[in-house]
Amino acid sequence: MAEAEEPLFVGLSDISISQDIPIGGEITIPMRSHTQEFDSSTLNESVRNTIMHDLKAVGKKFMHVLYSRKSNTLLRDWDLWGPLILCVTLALMLQRGTVDGEKDGGPQFAEVFVIVWFGAVTITLNSKLLGGNISFFQSLCVLGYCILPLIVAMMICRLVLLAGPGPVNFMIWLFVVAVMFAWSVIASTAFLADSQPPNHKILAVYPVFQFYFVISWMILTFTPQ
Amino acid sequence: MATPAAPAGGARNGAGPEWGGFEENIQGGGSAVIDMENMDDTSGSSFEDMGELHQRLREEEVDADAAAAEEEDGEFLGMKGFKGQLSRQVADQMWQAGKRQASRAFSLYANIDILRPYFDVEPAQVRSRLLESMIPIKMVSFPQKIAGELYGPLMLVFTLVAILLHGMKTSDTIIREGTLMGTAIGTCFGYWLGVSSFIYFLAYLCNAQITMLQMLALLGYGLFGHCIVLFITYNIHLHALFYLFWLLVGGLSTLRMVAVLVSRTVGPTQRLLLCGTLAALHMLFLLYLHFAYHKVVEGILDTLEGPNIPPMQRVPRDVPAVLPAARLSATVLNATARAIAVTLQAH
Repeated sequence: MAEAEEPLFVGLSDISISQDIPIGGEITIPMRSHTQEFDSSTLNESVRNTIMHDLKAVGKKFMHVLYSRKSNTLLRDWDLWGPLILCVTLALMLQRGTVDGEKDGGPQFAEVFVIVWFGAVTITLNSKLLGGNISFFQSLCVLGYCILPLIVAMMICRLVLLAGPGPVNFMIWLFVVAVMFAWSVIASTAFLADSQPPNHKILAVYPVFQFYFVISWMILTFTPQ
Repeated sequence: MATPAAPAGGARNGAGPEWGGFEENIQGGGSAVIDMENMDDTSGSSFEDMGELHQRLREEEVDADAAAAEEEDGEFLGMKGFKGQLSRQVADQMWQAGKRQASRAFSLYANIDILRPYFDVEPAQVRSRLLESMIPIKMVSFPQKIAGELYGPLMLVFTLVAILLHGMKTSDTIIREGTLMGTAIGTCFGYWLGVSSFIYFLAYLCNAQITMLQMLALLGYGLFGHCIVLFITYNIHLHALFYLFWLLVGGLSTLRMVAVLVSRTVGPTQRLLLCGTLAALHMLFLLYLHFAYHKVVEGILDTLEGPNIPPMQRVPRDVPAVLPAARLSATVLNATARAIAVTLQAH
Protein backbone atom coordinates (compact mmCIF):
# COMPACT_ATOMS: atom_id res chain seq x y z
CA MET A 1 0.00 0.00 0.00
CA ALA A 2 2.79 2.38 0.83
CA GLU A 3 4.43 1.64 -2.50
CA ALA A 4 1.24 2.48 -4.35
CA GLU A 5 1.03 5.84 -2.53
CA GLU A 6 4.66 6.93 -2.98
CA PRO A 7 4.52 7.74 -6.70
CA LEU A 8 1.53 10.03 -5.98
CA PHE A 9 3.42 12.42 -3.69
CA VAL A 10 6.83 12.33 -5.29
CA GLY A 11 6.16 15.29 -7.53
CA LEU A 12 5.17 17.64 -4.69
CA SER A 13 8.62 19.14 -4.29
CA ASP A 14 8.59 20.20 -7.94
CA ILE A 15 5.62 22.49 -7.52
CA SER A 16 6.56 26.12 -7.44
CA ILE A 17 4.47 29.23 -7.59
CA SER A 18 5.37 31.82 -10.12
CA GLN A 19 6.26 35.19 -8.61
CA ASP A 20 3.97 37.07 -10.98
CA ILE A 21 0.78 35.75 -9.43
CA PRO A 22 0.04 37.69 -6.22
CA ILE A 23 -1.27 35.35 -3.59
CA GLY A 24 -1.14 37.82 -0.74
CA GLY A 25 -4.09 40.05 -0.06
CA GLU A 26 -6.27 41.62 2.50
CA ILE A 27 -9.37 40.14 3.97
CA THR A 28 -11.47 43.15 4.72
CA ILE A 29 -14.71 42.98 6.59
CA PRO A 30 -17.56 44.20 4.42
CA MET A 31 -19.07 46.10 7.39
CA ARG A 32 -16.62 48.96 6.88
CA SER A 33 -18.03 50.03 3.54
CA HIS A 34 -21.55 49.32 4.79
CA THR A 35 -21.26 51.78 7.68
CA GLN A 36 -19.72 54.43 5.44
CA GLU A 37 -22.62 54.11 3.01
CA PHE A 38 -25.18 54.24 5.80
CA ASP A 39 -23.68 57.34 7.45
CA SER A 40 -23.55 59.41 4.30
CA SER A 41 -27.03 58.41 3.15
CA THR A 42 -28.88 59.50 6.30
CA LEU A 43 -26.82 62.62 6.96
CA ASN A 44 -27.74 64.20 3.68
CA GLU A 45 -31.44 63.59 3.61
CA SER A 46 -33.96 65.98 5.13
CA VAL A 47 -35.12 65.71 8.73
CA ARG A 48 -38.66 64.83 7.70
CA ASN A 49 -37.42 61.89 5.65
CA THR A 50 -35.31 60.60 8.51
CA ILE A 51 -38.20 60.85 10.95
CA MET A 52 -40.60 59.10 8.56
CA HIS A 53 -38.02 56.41 7.91
CA ASP A 54 -37.52 55.84 11.63
CA LEU A 55 -41.24 55.88 12.39
CA LYS A 56 -41.89 53.34 9.65
CA ALA A 57 -39.18 51.07 11.08
CA VAL A 58 -40.72 51.40 14.56
CA GLY A 59 -44.20 50.68 13.19
CA LYS A 60 -42.94 47.62 11.35
CA LYS A 61 -41.46 46.27 14.56
CA PHE A 62 -44.74 46.88 16.40
CA MET A 63 -46.40 44.63 13.83
CA HIS A 64 -43.75 41.98 14.36
CA VAL A 65 -44.38 42.01 18.10
CA LEU A 66 -48.15 41.89 17.76
CA TYR A 67 -48.14 39.04 15.27
CA SER A 68 -45.26 37.16 16.94
CA ARG A 69 -43.82 35.83 13.74
CA LYS A 70 -40.46 34.16 13.79
CA SER A 71 -38.55 36.96 12.15
CA ASN A 72 -35.19 38.45 12.91
CA THR A 73 -36.04 42.06 12.18
CA LEU A 74 -36.20 43.00 15.85
CA LEU A 75 -32.78 41.52 16.46
CA ARG A 76 -31.06 42.58 13.26
CA ASP A 77 -32.20 46.19 12.99
CA TRP A 78 -32.55 46.98 16.65
CA ASP A 79 -33.38 50.49 17.74
CA LEU A 80 -34.32 52.08 21.03
CA TRP A 81 -36.88 54.59 19.73
CA GLY A 82 -39.77 52.14 20.05
CA PRO A 83 -38.98 51.17 23.65
CA LEU A 84 -38.60 54.83 24.57
CA ILE A 85 -41.97 55.79 23.07
CA LEU A 86 -43.67 52.83 24.75
CA CYS A 87 -42.06 53.48 28.13
CA VAL A 88 -43.01 57.16 28.11
CA THR A 89 -46.59 56.29 27.09
CA LEU A 90 -46.87 53.73 29.88
CA ALA A 91 -45.43 56.09 32.47
CA LEU A 92 -47.79 58.90 31.42
CA MET A 93 -50.83 56.64 31.59
CA LEU A 94 -49.91 55.21 34.98
CA GLN A 95 -49.17 58.55 36.55
CA ARG A 96 -51.58 59.99 39.02
CA GLY A 97 -51.48 63.57 40.13
CA THR A 98 -50.74 64.23 43.79
CA VAL A 99 -53.68 65.28 45.95
CA ASP A 100 -53.01 67.84 48.69
CA GLY A 101 -49.29 67.19 48.49
CA GLU A 102 -49.76 63.55 49.50
CA LYS A 103 -48.78 60.63 47.35
CA ASP A 104 -51.71 58.33 46.76
CA GLY A 105 -49.54 55.29 46.33
CA GLY A 106 -49.60 55.38 42.55
CA PRO A 107 -46.35 55.09 40.65
CA GLN A 108 -44.83 58.35 39.56
CA PHE A 109 -43.43 58.87 36.09
CA ALA A 110 -39.83 58.40 37.14
CA GLU A 111 -40.63 55.22 39.05
CA VAL A 112 -42.14 53.50 36.01
CA PHE A 113 -39.26 54.66 33.85
CA VAL A 114 -36.68 53.34 36.29
CA ILE A 115 -38.48 50.03 36.74
CA VAL A 116 -38.70 49.42 33.00
CA TRP A 117 -35.16 50.36 32.12
CA PHE A 118 -33.37 48.86 35.09
CA GLY A 119 -35.49 45.74 34.83
CA ALA A 120 -34.54 45.40 31.19
CA VAL A 121 -30.85 45.97 31.97
CA THR A 122 -30.95 43.35 34.75
CA ILE A 123 -32.59 40.77 32.50
CA THR A 124 -30.07 41.47 29.76
CA LEU A 125 -27.14 41.06 32.14
CA ASN A 126 -28.64 37.84 33.47
CA SER A 127 -29.15 36.50 29.98
CA LYS A 128 -25.57 37.33 29.01
CA LEU A 129 -24.18 35.78 32.18
CA LEU A 130 -26.10 32.58 31.47
CA GLY A 131 -24.19 32.27 28.23
CA GLY A 132 -26.54 33.86 25.73
CA ASN A 133 -25.09 35.24 22.53
CA ILE A 134 -27.39 38.20 22.14
CA SER A 135 -26.00 41.68 22.29
CA PHE A 136 -26.84 44.14 25.06
CA PHE A 137 -28.89 46.56 22.98
CA GLN A 138 -30.65 43.86 20.99
CA SER A 139 -31.99 42.46 24.23
CA LEU A 140 -33.07 45.90 25.48
CA CYS A 141 -34.81 46.46 22.15
CA VAL A 142 -36.75 43.19 22.32
CA LEU A 143 -37.83 43.69 25.94
CA GLY A 144 -38.90 47.25 25.26
CA TYR A 145 -40.95 46.39 22.19
CA CYS A 146 -42.71 43.54 23.97
CA ILE A 147 -44.28 46.00 26.42
CA LEU A 148 -46.66 46.92 23.58
CA PRO A 149 -49.39 44.35 24.44
CA LEU A 150 -49.47 45.64 28.01
CA ILE A 151 -49.95 49.20 26.77
CA VAL A 152 -52.89 47.98 24.69
CA ALA A 153 -54.24 46.37 27.89
CA MET A 154 -53.81 49.65 29.73
CA MET A 155 -55.81 51.52 27.10
CA ILE A 156 -58.59 48.95 27.20
CA CYS A 157 -58.62 49.15 30.99
CA ARG A 158 -59.02 52.90 30.95
CA LEU A 159 -62.01 52.52 28.64
CA VAL A 160 -63.48 49.85 30.91
CA LEU A 161 -62.98 52.08 33.94
CA LEU A 162 -64.88 54.87 32.22
CA ALA A 163 -67.88 52.55 32.21
CA GLY A 164 -67.80 52.55 36.00
CA PRO A 165 -66.42 50.27 38.74
CA GLY A 166 -67.91 46.92 39.65
CA PRO A 167 -67.02 43.24 39.88
CA VAL A 168 -67.92 42.49 36.23
CA ASN A 169 -65.69 45.27 34.95
CA PHE A 170 -62.96 44.09 37.26
CA MET A 171 -63.23 40.57 35.84
CA ILE A 172 -62.95 41.89 32.28
CA TRP A 173 -60.00 44.01 33.32
CA LEU A 174 -58.26 41.06 34.99
CA PHE A 175 -58.85 38.84 31.97
CA VAL A 176 -57.52 41.42 29.50
CA VAL A 177 -54.38 42.11 31.54
CA ALA A 178 -53.74 38.40 32.00
CA VAL A 179 -54.04 37.73 28.27
CA MET A 180 -51.76 40.63 27.34
CA PHE A 181 -49.23 39.60 29.99
CA ALA A 182 -49.10 36.11 28.49
CA TRP A 183 -48.73 37.62 25.00
CA SER A 184 -45.81 39.81 26.12
CA VAL A 185 -44.01 36.92 27.74
CA ILE A 186 -44.52 34.64 24.74
CA ALA A 187 -43.44 37.34 22.28
CA SER A 188 -40.24 38.16 24.12
CA THR A 189 -39.48 34.50 24.76
CA ALA A 190 -39.75 33.79 21.04
CA PHE A 191 -36.93 36.23 20.41
CA LEU A 192 -34.79 35.77 23.49
CA ALA A 193 -34.91 32.04 24.06
CA ASP A 194 -33.27 31.28 20.75
CA SER A 195 -30.11 33.03 21.82
CA GLN A 196 -29.65 30.81 24.86
CA PRO A 197 -28.18 27.31 25.01
CA PRO A 198 -31.09 24.84 25.17
CA ASN A 199 -30.70 23.86 28.82
CA HIS A 200 -30.68 27.48 30.02
CA LYS A 201 -33.87 28.62 28.33
CA ILE A 202 -36.08 28.50 31.38
CA LEU A 203 -33.43 30.19 33.53
CA ALA A 204 -33.42 33.12 31.12
CA VAL A 205 -37.22 33.23 30.73
CA TYR A 206 -38.09 33.39 34.46
CA PRO A 207 -36.81 36.97 35.02
CA VAL A 208 -38.66 38.06 31.86
CA PHE A 209 -41.81 36.56 33.35
CA GLN A 210 -41.24 38.47 36.59
CA PHE A 211 -40.53 41.74 34.78
CA TYR A 212 -43.79 41.66 32.82
CA PHE A 213 -45.60 40.45 35.93
CA VAL A 214 -44.51 43.56 37.85
CA ILE A 215 -45.61 45.81 34.97
CA SER A 216 -48.95 43.97 34.70
CA TRP A 217 -49.38 44.35 38.43
CA MET A 218 -48.81 48.09 38.20
CA ILE A 219 -51.46 48.26 35.45
CA LEU A 220 -53.89 46.07 37.38
CA THR A 221 -53.68 48.11 40.56
CA PHE A 222 -54.11 51.38 38.73
CA THR A 223 -57.05 53.42 39.93
CA PRO A 224 -57.88 56.76 38.41
CA GLN A 225 -58.62 59.71 40.65
CA MET B 1 1.83 35.77 8.55
CA ALA B 2 4.49 38.43 7.87
CA THR B 3 4.07 38.60 4.07
CA PRO B 4 0.56 40.05 3.89
CA ALA B 5 1.27 42.44 6.77
CA ALA B 6 4.42 44.06 5.36
CA PRO B 7 3.02 45.67 2.19
CA ALA B 8 -0.06 46.86 4.07
CA GLY B 9 2.07 48.30 6.87
CA GLY B 10 4.36 50.03 4.41
CA ALA B 11 1.43 51.71 2.71
CA ARG B 12 0.35 53.42 5.95
CA ASN B 13 2.98 56.05 6.54
CA GLY B 14 6.60 56.86 5.89
CA ALA B 15 7.74 57.11 9.53
CA GLY B 16 5.99 53.88 10.50
CA PRO B 17 8.82 51.37 10.93
CA GLU B 18 10.65 53.40 13.64
CA TRP B 19 7.66 53.31 15.96
CA GLY B 20 6.71 49.73 15.17
CA GLY B 21 6.95 48.84 18.86
CA PHE B 22 3.58 50.43 19.56
CA GLU B 23 1.82 48.42 16.95
CA GLU B 24 2.23 44.90 18.18
CA ASN B 25 -1.52 44.30 18.22
CA ILE B 26 -2.40 45.48 14.77
CA GLN B 27 -1.68 43.03 12.01
CA GLY B 28 -1.75 45.33 9.03
CA GLY B 29 -4.34 47.89 7.99
CA GLY B 30 -7.87 46.60 7.71
CA SER B 31 -6.87 42.96 7.93
CA ALA B 32 -9.20 40.60 9.70
CA VAL B 33 -6.44 38.10 10.44
CA ILE B 34 -6.05 38.13 14.21
CA ASP B 35 -2.89 36.76 15.74
CA MET B 36 -3.95 34.41 18.53
CA GLU B 37 -0.83 35.19 20.59
CA ASN B 38 -1.88 38.75 21.08
CA MET B 39 -5.53 38.17 21.86
CA ASP B 40 -6.70 38.93 25.35
CA ASP B 41 -7.77 35.94 27.39
CA THR B 42 -10.52 37.99 28.90
CA SER B 43 -12.22 38.90 25.66
CA GLY B 44 -15.61 37.41 26.26
CA SER B 45 -18.77 38.30 24.43
CA SER B 46 -19.01 38.75 20.72
CA PHE B 47 -20.43 42.22 21.30
CA GLU B 48 -17.22 43.41 22.87
CA ASP B 49 -15.15 41.78 20.13
CA MET B 50 -17.16 43.51 17.42
CA GLY B 51 -16.88 46.78 19.27
CA GLU B 52 -13.11 46.35 19.47
CA LEU B 53 -12.90 45.47 15.80
CA HIS B 54 -14.99 48.47 14.83
CA GLN B 55 -12.79 50.66 16.94
CA ARG B 56 -9.67 49.27 15.32
CA LEU B 57 -11.07 49.75 11.83
CA ARG B 58 -12.06 53.31 12.64
CA GLU B 59 -8.58 53.96 14.00
CA GLU B 60 -7.09 52.54 10.81
CA GLU B 61 -9.26 54.85 8.72
CA VAL B 62 -8.31 57.86 10.76
CA ASP B 63 -4.64 56.88 10.55
CA ALA B 64 -4.78 56.37 6.80
CA ASP B 65 -6.44 59.76 6.26
CA ALA B 66 -4.09 61.53 8.64
CA ALA B 67 -1.08 59.84 7.07
CA ALA B 68 -2.18 60.84 3.57
CA ALA B 69 -2.68 64.45 4.69
CA GLU B 70 0.61 64.50 6.55
CA GLU B 71 2.57 63.06 3.64
CA GLU B 72 1.41 65.87 1.40
CA ASP B 73 2.17 68.34 4.16
CA GLY B 74 5.68 67.02 4.66
CA GLU B 75 6.52 67.12 1.00
CA PHE B 76 5.40 70.69 0.67
CA LEU B 77 7.12 72.12 3.74
CA GLY B 78 10.40 70.30 3.37
CA MET B 79 12.66 70.01 6.43
CA LYS B 80 10.48 72.00 8.85
CA GLY B 81 7.43 70.06 7.75
CA PHE B 82 9.23 66.81 8.44
CA LYS B 83 10.04 67.77 12.06
CA GLY B 84 6.45 68.86 12.64
CA GLN B 85 5.26 65.64 11.11
CA LEU B 86 7.56 63.66 13.38
CA SER B 87 6.33 65.31 16.56
CA ARG B 88 2.75 64.86 15.47
CA GLN B 89 3.45 61.22 14.77
CA VAL B 90 4.92 60.75 18.22
CA ALA B 91 1.98 62.41 19.92
CA ASP B 92 -0.44 60.40 17.84
CA GLN B 93 1.25 57.09 18.60
CA MET B 94 1.45 57.81 22.30
CA TRP B 95 -2.20 58.76 22.46
CA GLN B 96 -3.18 55.61 20.63
CA ALA B 97 -1.03 53.45 22.87
CA GLY B 98 -2.57 55.06 25.94
CA LYS B 99 -6.05 54.59 24.59
CA ARG B 100 -5.38 50.97 23.84
CA GLN B 101 -4.05 50.39 27.36
CA ALA B 102 -7.10 52.06 28.87
CA SER B 103 -9.55 50.03 26.81
CA ARG B 104 -7.70 46.85 27.67
CA ALA B 105 -7.80 47.67 31.39
CA PHE B 106 -11.49 48.50 31.11
CA SER B 107 -12.30 45.25 29.36
CA LEU B 108 -10.30 43.43 32.03
CA TYR B 109 -11.90 44.90 35.16
CA ALA B 110 -15.33 46.10 34.09
CA ASN B 111 -16.01 42.82 32.40
CA ILE B 112 -19.17 41.07 33.48
CA ASP B 113 -17.41 37.84 32.64
CA ILE B 114 -16.00 37.96 36.16
CA LEU B 115 -19.45 36.95 37.37
CA ARG B 116 -20.04 34.36 34.67
CA PRO B 117 -18.87 31.29 36.68
CA TYR B 118 -21.42 32.05 39.40
CA PHE B 119 -24.29 31.80 36.93
CA ASP B 120 -23.30 28.47 35.47
CA VAL B 121 -26.26 26.40 36.65
CA GLU B 122 -28.81 24.00 35.26
CA PRO B 123 -32.54 24.37 35.96
CA ALA B 124 -32.58 20.94 37.63
CA GLN B 125 -29.84 22.08 40.01
CA VAL B 126 -31.74 25.24 40.93
CA ARG B 127 -34.90 23.23 41.56
CA SER B 128 -33.13 20.71 43.78
CA ARG B 129 -31.38 23.46 45.74
CA LEU B 130 -34.67 25.24 46.32
CA LEU B 131 -36.18 22.08 47.76
CA GLU B 132 -33.09 21.30 49.82
CA SER B 133 -33.19 24.73 51.41
CA MET B 134 -36.25 23.59 53.35
CA ILE B 135 -34.72 20.33 54.57
CA PRO B 136 -32.36 20.58 57.55
CA ILE B 137 -29.59 18.00 57.56
CA LYS B 138 -28.57 16.42 60.84
CA MET B 139 -24.95 15.59 59.98
CA VAL B 140 -22.96 18.32 61.65
CA SER B 141 -19.73 16.42 62.20
CA PHE B 142 -18.19 17.43 58.89
CA PRO B 143 -18.64 20.63 56.86
CA GLN B 144 -21.70 20.53 54.66
CA LYS B 145 -21.41 21.54 51.05
CA ILE B 146 -22.78 24.94 49.98
CA ALA B 147 -23.20 25.62 46.30
CA GLY B 148 -21.51 28.90 45.41
CA GLU B 149 -23.86 30.29 42.81
CA LEU B 150 -25.69 33.57 42.54
CA TYR B 151 -28.49 32.90 40.06
CA GLY B 152 -30.88 31.24 42.51
CA PRO B 153 -30.39 33.76 45.33
CA LEU B 154 -30.73 36.71 42.95
CA MET B 155 -33.95 35.40 41.45
CA LEU B 156 -35.35 34.69 44.91
CA VAL B 157 -34.59 38.25 46.04
CA PHE B 158 -36.37 39.63 42.98
CA THR B 159 -39.33 37.33 43.63
CA LEU B 160 -39.47 38.58 47.21
CA VAL B 161 -39.46 42.16 45.87
CA ALA B 162 -42.44 41.35 43.64
CA ILE B 163 -44.33 39.67 46.50
CA LEU B 164 -43.57 42.60 48.79
CA LEU B 165 -44.90 45.04 46.19
CA HIS B 166 -48.09 43.01 46.03
CA GLY B 167 -48.36 43.14 49.80
CA MET B 168 -47.80 46.87 49.88
CA LYS B 169 -50.45 47.44 47.26
CA THR B 170 -53.08 45.30 48.97
CA SER B 171 -52.42 47.02 52.26
CA ASP B 172 -52.56 50.40 50.55
CA THR B 173 -49.32 51.55 52.07
CA ILE B 174 -48.52 55.19 51.61
CA ILE B 175 -44.84 55.95 51.44
CA ARG B 176 -44.15 59.60 51.90
CA GLU B 177 -40.47 60.15 51.29
CA GLY B 178 -39.84 57.59 48.61
CA THR B 179 -41.48 55.15 46.25
CA LEU B 180 -43.05 51.75 46.75
CA MET B 181 -40.65 50.09 44.38
CA GLY B 182 -37.65 51.75 45.96
CA THR B 183 -38.71 50.66 49.42
CA ALA B 184 -39.34 47.09 48.33
CA ILE B 185 -36.01 46.79 46.52
CA GLY B 186 -34.17 48.50 49.35
CA THR B 187 -35.66 46.21 51.97
CA CYS B 188 -34.98 42.95 50.15
CA PHE B 189 -31.54 43.69 48.78
CA GLY B 190 -30.59 45.42 52.00
CA TYR B 191 -31.51 42.35 53.98
CA TRP B 192 -29.76 39.94 51.65
CA LEU B 193 -26.53 41.88 51.31
CA GLY B 194 -26.48 43.46 54.76
CA VAL B 195 -27.25 40.41 56.83
CA SER B 196 -24.92 38.27 54.71
CA SER B 197 -22.08 40.68 55.34
CA PHE B 198 -22.86 40.89 59.04
CA ILE B 199 -22.99 37.12 59.48
CA TYR B 200 -19.83 36.76 57.40
CA PHE B 201 -18.14 39.22 59.76
CA LEU B 202 -19.36 37.24 62.78
CA ALA B 203 -18.21 34.05 61.10
CA TYR B 204 -14.79 35.60 60.68
CA LEU B 205 -14.75 36.42 64.40
CA CYS B 206 -15.95 32.93 65.31
CA ASN B 207 -13.51 31.18 62.98
CA ALA B 208 -16.18 29.56 60.88
CA GLN B 209 -15.21 28.10 57.52
CA ILE B 210 -17.41 29.99 55.14
CA THR B 211 -16.71 32.40 52.31
CA MET B 212 -18.71 35.49 51.44
CA LEU B 213 -20.07 33.90 48.27
CA GLN B 214 -21.25 30.85 50.20
CA MET B 215 -22.91 33.07 52.80
CA LEU B 216 -24.71 35.03 50.09
CA ALA B 217 -25.88 31.80 48.46
CA LEU B 218 -27.00 30.29 51.79
CA LEU B 219 -29.02 33.30 52.88
CA GLY B 220 -30.40 33.77 49.39
CA TYR B 221 -31.79 30.26 49.29
CA GLY B 222 -33.08 30.76 52.82
CA LEU B 223 -35.38 33.45 51.44
CA PHE B 224 -37.34 30.75 49.61
CA GLY B 225 -39.26 30.01 52.79
CA HIS B 226 -40.01 33.72 53.24
CA CYS B 227 -41.36 33.92 49.67
CA ILE B 228 -43.76 31.02 50.25
CA VAL B 229 -45.04 32.29 53.59
CA LEU B 230 -45.56 35.86 52.41
CA PHE B 231 -47.18 34.80 49.15
CA ILE B 232 -49.81 32.84 51.08
CA THR B 233 -50.34 35.18 54.01
CA TYR B 234 -50.50 38.43 52.04
CA ASN B 235 -53.56 36.98 50.37
CA ILE B 236 -55.18 35.13 53.26
CA HIS B 237 -55.13 37.23 56.37
CA LEU B 238 -55.50 34.93 59.31
CA HIS B 239 -53.19 35.53 62.21
CA ALA B 240 -53.25 31.89 63.29
CA LEU B 241 -52.36 30.79 59.78
CA PHE B 242 -49.48 33.21 59.63
CA TYR B 243 -48.02 32.10 62.98
CA LEU B 244 -48.28 28.48 61.90
CA PHE B 245 -46.45 29.13 58.65
CA TRP B 246 -43.94 31.36 60.39
CA LEU B 247 -42.96 28.60 62.76
CA LEU B 248 -43.16 25.76 60.28
CA VAL B 249 -41.77 27.07 57.02
CA GLY B 250 -39.63 29.86 58.44
CA GLY B 251 -38.36 27.53 61.10
CA LEU B 252 -37.40 24.83 58.60
CA SER B 253 -35.37 27.15 56.40
CA THR B 254 -33.70 28.69 59.46
CA LEU B 255 -32.86 25.24 60.81
CA ARG B 256 -31.27 24.32 57.51
CA MET B 257 -29.02 27.41 57.54
CA VAL B 258 -28.20 26.86 61.19
CA ALA B 259 -27.25 23.23 60.59
CA VAL B 260 -24.90 24.24 57.76
CA LEU B 261 -23.23 26.88 59.92
CA VAL B 262 -22.91 24.55 62.90
CA SER B 263 -21.18 22.00 60.71
CA ARG B 264 -18.64 24.64 59.73
CA THR B 265 -17.94 26.13 63.19
CA VAL B 266 -15.94 24.73 66.08
CA GLY B 267 -16.70 25.46 69.73
CA PRO B 268 -20.06 25.76 71.52
CA THR B 269 -19.88 29.49 72.28
CA GLN B 270 -19.07 30.40 68.69
CA ARG B 271 -21.79 28.12 67.37
CA LEU B 272 -24.33 29.66 69.74
CA LEU B 273 -23.38 33.22 68.84
CA LEU B 274 -23.38 32.71 65.08
CA CYS B 275 -26.45 30.53 64.78
CA GLY B 276 -28.43 32.45 67.37
CA THR B 277 -27.86 35.72 65.54
CA LEU B 278 -28.77 34.26 62.15
CA ALA B 279 -31.90 32.53 63.46
CA ALA B 280 -33.08 35.66 65.26
CA LEU B 281 -32.53 37.93 62.26
CA HIS B 282 -34.14 35.52 59.79
CA MET B 283 -37.28 34.88 61.81
CA LEU B 284 -37.68 38.50 62.86
CA PHE B 285 -37.39 39.64 59.23
CA LEU B 286 -40.32 37.43 58.26
CA LEU B 287 -42.33 38.76 61.19
CA TYR B 288 -41.54 42.33 60.17
CA LEU B 289 -42.46 41.79 56.52
CA HIS B 290 -45.83 40.41 57.47
CA PHE B 291 -46.85 42.92 60.10
CA ALA B 292 -45.55 46.03 58.41
CA TYR B 293 -48.05 45.85 55.58
CA HIS B 294 -51.31 44.38 56.75
CA LYS B 295 -52.79 46.86 59.23
CA VAL B 296 -55.03 48.77 56.83
CA VAL B 297 -56.60 45.67 55.29
CA GLU B 298 -57.71 44.60 58.76
CA GLY B 299 -59.50 47.92 59.14
CA ILE B 300 -61.55 47.37 56.00
CA LEU B 301 -62.37 43.79 56.99
CA ASP B 302 -63.81 44.98 60.28
CA THR B 303 -66.33 47.20 58.55
CA LEU B 304 -67.31 44.51 56.05
CA GLU B 305 -68.06 42.03 58.85
CA GLY B 306 -71.23 43.94 59.74
CA PRO B 307 -73.56 41.19 61.00
CA ASN B 308 -71.02 39.59 63.38
CA ILE B 309 -70.27 42.70 65.40
CA PRO B 310 -72.86 44.05 67.84
CA PRO B 311 -73.96 47.59 66.94
CA MET B 312 -72.27 49.27 69.95
CA GLN B 313 -68.82 48.06 69.01
CA ARG B 314 -69.02 49.03 65.35
CA VAL B 315 -66.51 51.77 64.61
CA PRO B 316 -67.58 54.21 61.89
CA ARG B 317 -65.06 54.22 59.10
CA ASP B 318 -65.03 55.64 55.59
CA VAL B 319 -65.16 52.84 53.08
CA PRO B 320 -64.15 54.33 49.71
CA ALA B 321 -66.83 54.18 47.05
CA VAL B 322 -64.44 52.75 44.50
CA LEU B 323 -62.59 49.77 45.87
CA PRO B 324 -59.28 49.41 44.08
CA ALA B 325 -58.86 46.17 42.21
CA ALA B 326 -56.19 44.74 44.45
CA ARG B 327 -58.17 45.27 47.60
CA LEU B 328 -61.25 43.78 45.97
CA SER B 329 -59.49 40.49 45.28
CA ALA B 330 -57.84 40.45 48.69
CA THR B 331 -61.05 41.21 50.53
CA VAL B 332 -62.93 38.52 48.62
CA LEU B 333 -60.28 35.97 49.58
CA ASN B 334 -60.20 37.14 53.18
CA ALA B 335 -63.97 37.12 53.49
CA THR B 336 -64.02 33.53 52.21
CA ALA B 337 -61.28 32.50 54.60
CA ARG B 338 -63.01 34.15 57.55
CA ALA B 339 -66.30 32.53 56.64
CA ILE B 340 -64.59 29.15 56.60
CA ALA B 341 -62.92 29.87 59.96
CA VAL B 342 -66.21 30.94 61.52
CA THR B 343 -68.01 27.82 60.31
CA LEU B 344 -65.15 25.65 61.56
CA GLN B 345 -65.32 27.33 64.95
CA ALA B 346 -69.05 26.81 65.09
CA HIS B 347 -68.56 23.01 64.67
